[in-house]
Amino acid sequence: MELNKLTIREAMSGLRAKKFSSEELTLACLKAIEERDSEINAFITVDGEGAVKSARGIDKRLAAGEELHDLAGIPVAVKDIFNTMGVRSTCASPILRDFVPPYDATVIELLKQKGMVMIGKTNMDEFACGASTEHSCFGVTRNPHNTERVSGGSSGGSAAALAANMSIYSLGTDTGGSIRQPASFCGVHGLKVTYGRVSRSGVTSLASSWDTIGPFARNTEDIATILQVLAGKDRRDLTTSPKEVPNYADFLSQDIKGMTIGLPKEYFGEGVDTEVSEAIKNKVSQLEKSGLNVKEVTLPYTKYAVSVYYITMPAELSANLERFDAIRYGKKPEDTPHNMIEYYFNARGEGFGDEIKRRIMIGTYALSAGYYDAYYKRAMKVRTRIIEDFKKVFEDVDVLVAPVSPFVAFKVGEMVNDPLAMYMSDALTIPASAAGIPALSVPVASNNEGMPIGMQIIAPQFEEGRCLKLGHALDNLK
Amino acid sequence: MIDEELVKHVAALARIRLADEEISRFSSQLSSVLDYMKILEEVDVEGVEETSQVTGLKNVMEKDEILPSQSTREEMLECSELEKDSNQVRVQKTI
Repeated sequence: MELNKLTIREAMSGLRAKKFSSEELTLACLKAIEERDSEINAFITVDGEGAVKSARGIDKRLAAGEELHDLAGIPVAVKDIFNTMGVRSTCASPILRDFVPPYDATVIELLKQKGMVMIGKTNMDEFACGASTEHSCFGVTRNPHNTERVSGGSSGGSAAALAANMSIYSLGTDTGGSIRQPASFCGVHGLKVTYGRVSRSGVTSLASSWDTIGPFARNTEDIATILQVLAGKDRRDLTTSPKEVPNYADFLSQDIKGMTIGLPKEYFGEGVDTEVSEAIKNKVSQLEKSGLNVKEVTLPYTKYAVSVYYITMPAELSANLERFDAIRYGKKPEDTPHNMIEYYFNARGEGFGDEIKRRIMIGTYALSAGYYDAYYKRAMKVRTRIIEDFKKVFEDVDVLVAPVSPFVAFKVGEMVNDPLAMYMSDALTIPASAAGIPALSVPVASNNEGMPIGMQIIAPQFEEGRCLKLGHALDNLK
Repeated sequence: MIDEELVKHVAALARIRLADEEISRFSSQLSSVLDYMKILEEVDVEGVEETSQVTGLKNVMEKDEILPSQSTREEMLECSELEKDSNQVRVQKTI
């Protein structure tokens, strides 16, 4: 049995039945990292010592007969945008290269209470801005299915770590597709939650009205287990919703018969590779045999979503990243002039990579006098149109089903000098982010080169359960 | 069109020092991105409200109380690479 390939449920049962220890499980993941991470580069920091120490603690408690949570002793890889006390948290940015936070993000605290074993911190696009994990000062993360290709982004390291069996689950963030797209590219499950369902406290903000936090796992059941721990209101993040958190496992056993799914025609049209749309449609016809109703629907404002995103997101980003001034934290510039303004110029000029500079400038421009109405204000209005699209369509269907990405993982270097082409790769994930609604990415097929294709299940706000219900049914089809 | 002068102006607003090579590269890249954004002009937004947040929460209030902190003032100060003085970070002259 290869322990590092287990699901959470399998690992948890094995631990409880004393078939193996958390230490053995952890060492199996660390061995996979040692064997393959020089090639994949999923991790920025591997905390082998810390992980083994936590695992031994769990083993002792299990030996003492303590009843522990399902996630206790299960190795997790965490995106380097989460602050983890005492463990370097870099956001893959030169300005935070050596930053060791003195506190934990809320979700890390929650997982620690359940007996977390954190194997390390994963690579990402700098400040989560990118779709390929090529914009990292720690180098590109390669796709475990084919190392000439990207792992997706921005949570590419978390997706690749799981796909390469270096952890049992992982954590990422999704602002415009940063969990769903790498999950799709690497052939794992990934959930973008409803905006406000999971606390963002202690996770570096990029676009405050879009950012969400969520899990990667090997199946939908595991996703439900993790979500149960992460979801809920947090005093430290007042955008978290007071809405009650349901028992997500309940949705897994529900029959999908009678459920109505919508296929938005804009997600199967121009710009979407035929092999991708065909793979999704094939799966849908299999589901139809289980008694699902399928309806073609339309979301006419879909094509504007990329523009809405790449105006409002950089605008919010430019404001959020103002805090990186290399005073309270962050790398001080090589040359430290005596004038404060010059100090800022140096610190930020040296501290930010290309893509961050580009986005800060787009955002600053869109918010500057004379352009605010034409760009930012208009984009916020078109965002309303996109939300109305979804509201209307959810009157007729329970969930929407679509490809996650218009294409499979592309080659490393293929798009890195063409920002606009890279931005278009988010075209099918951004709309759900604009509306703050949940979406689950489920691997459903591979193309003839063995590259994974992911299906996106999109539901109304706070209806993560519907995504899980259909996702679980899809898992059982295989 | 984002010409090099505009790139310099925006970079100055954002307090980012750019090399000459970056200025010319960003000028063409930002122009193509912002050109694409013009697609939004097609949309009729007459009378449409702006969306600045999506879940409809309003005026979230909490009791004004001090919550336990995970880290001490000293640990926070340790995060700065700059010189410390009287429990504060010493910065360059601002005026």
